Formats: sequence, structure tokens, C-alpha cells
Amino acid sequence: MSRKPSHTFPASDADTARAEPEPVLNFAGVGLRYGRGEEVLREVSFTLDAGSFHFLTGPSGAGKSSLLKLIYRAERPSRGLITLFGQDLQVLPRSQLPLLRRRIGVVFQEFRLLEHLSAFDNVALPLRLAGRAPKSYRDDVAEMLAWVGLGSKLHAMPATLSGGEKQRLAIARAVMGQPDILLADEPTGNVDHEMGLRILRLFVELNRLGTTVLIASHDQELVARSGMPELRLDQGRLTAGAAP
Amino acid sequence: MSSPAGQNPAAAFVKAWTPGPLMPRGDARDGGLVFVIAVLCFFACVSAVCALAADRAATGWTAQLRDSATVLVRPSGGESADAAAARAAEALADVKGVSEARALEREQAAALLEPWLGKGVLADDLPVPRLVTLDLDPKAPPSAADLENALKAKAIDATVDDHSLWIKDIVRAAALARDAALAVFVLTALAAAAVIAFAARAVLATRREIVEVLHVAGAKDGFIAGLLAERFAAMAFVAGVGGAVLAAGFGAAVRLAGGGQGLTPVLPVAWTDLAALAPCPVIVACLASLAARSAALRLLKAAR
Repeated sequence: MSRKPSHTFPASDADTARAEPEPVLNFAGVGLRYGRGEEVLREVSFTLDAGSFHFLTGPSGAGKSSLLKLIYRAERPSRGLITLFGQDLQVLPRSQLPLLRRRIGVVFQEFRLLEHLSAFDNVALPLRLAGRAPKSYRDDVAEMLAWVGLGSKLHAMPATLSGGEKQRLAIARAVMGQPDILLADEPTGNVDHEMGLRILRLFVELNRLGTTVLIASHDQELVARSGMPELRLDQGRLTAGAAP
Repeated sequence: MSSPAGQNPAAAFVKAWTPGPLMPRGDARDGGLVFVIAVLCFFACVSAVCALAADRAATGWTAQLRDSATVLVRPSGGESADAAAARAAEALADVKGVSEARALEREQAAALLEPWLGKGVLADDLPVPRLVTLDLDPKAPPSAADLENALKAKAIDATVDDHSLWIKDIVRAAALARDAALAVFVLTALAAAAVIAFAARAVLATRREIVEVLHVAGAKDGFIAGLLAERFAAMAFVAGVGGAVLAAGFGAAVRLAGGGQGLTPVLPVAWTDLAALAPCPVIVACLASLAARSAALRLLKAAR
């Protein structure tokens, strides 16, 4: 069931003046198949406006992770058109991909923290890759870790952290570069209900700051409690969600 | 927070923090790779020393041959062989470009024949050809024709050997030895590059998750390839130092075992050859950096 986003914040003052929010992401008739297998996504079409907050729901194997991968172009669609920040992802040159990805924050389902680096280093990663000098961001990193409740674990290695701490660390890394859009794949899948709510509050807070949020989750209770609109996938088809 | 002692641990950590390595510094397989590169580097260094020694040997031999000539004197008209040789030496000493002319005594000429005929087998009446050896001015040596004309002018029957036939053969042989050593050097360097490229691809495969995280976080291919290039350059530098030190030890042993001419006069190793190995670690590090970077870029671009 599609609902109007309850948290839609413009990205800039200029946007505030506009009556209609600007679309950030658009899928038009997108299909995806791996190799010669069956399509895992079929005729998927939707639009996300700047500053919106959506859940991407559906049972396991519905294609939620695949859809997220298409957005940060870890996969390419077998048909259809994907436009992100006004750029056609199908024809975007590889050389411009890093700059595009720096505008996207990704929270992987399995965290994918850099195990050989400290929590501090993990969170600093996006800023480091953006070429910023360490002195210019180290206080921001410490602040971000404190914001996700890991202020006392700056030097901790990921292997020493609990599941919930790893999850929050992954979220901190994803949002550190102040992305325009945040994609999270089952961010509450490895934590208990209480921790799930805390993580959700982090995302809502981030959304209030202007970031467009898309969270893949099969936790229907969490989705219902959040009151956020939902894009529902079933067997690769979008059965409910934002209209293109 | 006015003094370090008063800082809380988190603030102190933040202040002292420096970015960690984005690629893990190494793993258990690095030791084996360093060993292989060190061995290849050793062979490359030894072949480089051989190339230098062969080049020096060729230069030395040709210089010796060019700076001398030999004249075979045949006595005629009842003149004794010793007298004919002495007369030939006297005539040749006056030729411009001849520094010294020496007629070899019968005993000296016989000594030259000993390797073929054996010692003490020459009968007293056996006519042993007499030789005159000439030291020539290396800057302006006379031609064979000049020497022959001088002999003809004194009616001396003789054959002049200015070593030109030998020089061509020796130069060709020495050039072949030098080129073969250089070919071994290049092949060994290429083998090292291939090993490093293979290892770089293996590292990328085993660190696929890290590479994916870096990519998704906005890292460029060149940046990731640079991380690998840096890692392999450091590893190759260490291996290069090991290989060069071993090769220098080997060269020194060859030099010491053979005295001034090295282990053998055919391949005289000089101390300066060993100094030429000093840049080897830097060269192998650059080679490793290029090989790793190029292999990584190819793989990353082919990925997606």
C-alpha cells in the first residue's frame, strides 16, 4: 500500500520554494536477470522524491537486495531505465561512477565492515576516499560515532563489536559522507526489536536532515510502526509503491 | 583538556589518529612471494653482473689485440733465423706507430709450441719459425700494409698478423655472451613482473569484499590499483634488497676467488660491477608497482 511520505524534506533552500519535490530516483520498466536465469525484477517502475523516506518490503527472494544494487550500480538492469540524480545509470561512464557513489550511502545487510581497520577508520572511509585531509574530519567522525552510540568504541576493531554495534557502525559509515540518498539492506535484520527501533530513529533523524532514505526490510511490524510509505516487491514485481 | 594528561582517552585517540591501511598490509602468503621475487632478483642481478663482465672482457681483449701485432719471419739466403728475426725487429721498430718490436728467442718460440708438441721434443735442427712481437701505439697504430712494406723494403720474407681475424671472432663471441646475459636479465625481470601481476590478481580476488566496499564508497579504480601497487612495491623492495645482497655476495666471492681477474680471466668481475647492483631494489619495486597496478586496473575494469 502506497502512502504519502510523512517526512519529505527539501535538500536545499532553493527546493523549498518549489511546490513539487524534485525526483531523486526513477525506475521505468526495469528488469533484471542474472545470467540466463529468470528475471528477478520485472517491469519495476517508481519514483522517489528528494527528502522522502520509504521502506522496500517483500518476502525473502522478492528482489529487494537486487533492486538496491541497481541503484548504486553494482548490477545493471537487463532492460528499462534507471535515473539517479538526473543521470541515466545505464550510460553513465565508469569514470563518473565514483563521484555518483559518493552521493549514495549504503548499509549492507552483512555490514561489510573493513575488519582490519578500527571503528574510527571505518567511519572515516567515505571522507578519506573523497580526498579530504584527516585533520579536517576527525572530529566529525568522533561526533558521528558518538551519535550512533559508539563514542567509547572509537578504536575498537569490528570483530570485537556486537551485532547491534556493527550495524550502527555500518550506518555511521554510510551516512558520514552526508549522502543525498541512503540505501539500507535489512538494517534491523541482525538486531533485536529494541535495537531495530533505535536504528530506525537514526534513519528518521538523518531523513530530517534532508537525506532521501530507502530501507529494504521484511520486518512488517517495524514498517507498520514507522508509519512510512512502502514499496512492496513480490516475485520481482512492484505490487505497491510510489507511482512513476 | 588543556594538557595531554588531562585529556579523556577518546579525545586523545582522535587527536593522535592517523588513517590505517585500506588494504591489509599482508598475509601468510607474502613470505613465499618475497622469497620468489628475491630469487628472481638474485638471478637478474647475477646475469647483469655477467653482462657487465662480458662487456669488459670483450673490451679488454680487443684492446690487447688491437695494440699488438705478430710477425712470422722466414729466414732466406743462408741467413740464420735469429739474425733474420733481429733484422725484422729493427726494421719494424722504425715504423711510425710501433712502440716496441721484440724478436723472440728460439726458446721463447719453442715455448709457444709446447701446448701442441709437448716439452723437449723439438730437435735442435728443426727449423722453428721466429716471431717478432710488436707493441703498437693504441692511438695511431700502423696498418698491416705499413708493416709489410717496411719488411719488403729490407728484403725480409715475413707474414704480418695484425689479429684482425681474431678480433672479429672475439668481439662477436663477447657480444653474444653479453647479449645472452642481458636476455636472461630481461626474461628474469619479466618473470618477476608476471609473478607479481599474478599475485596482485590473487590479492584482488581474496580481498573482493574490501574492493567492493571501497568501490561502493566512491573509490576510483586507479585509487584501488594504487593501493595494490604500493603494497607490492614495498614487498618487492624488500625482496630486491635480499636478492641484490645475495648477488653481491656471490659476485664478491667470484672476485675474491679469482684474484685480480675474477674467478676466470674469461669473465673478470670488478668491484664496480657490484656497485651497479645498488639500484636493483628500486628498479624491482618500480617494476612491481607497474605490474601490480596494470594487473589490478585490467581486472577492475573487466569486473563491471
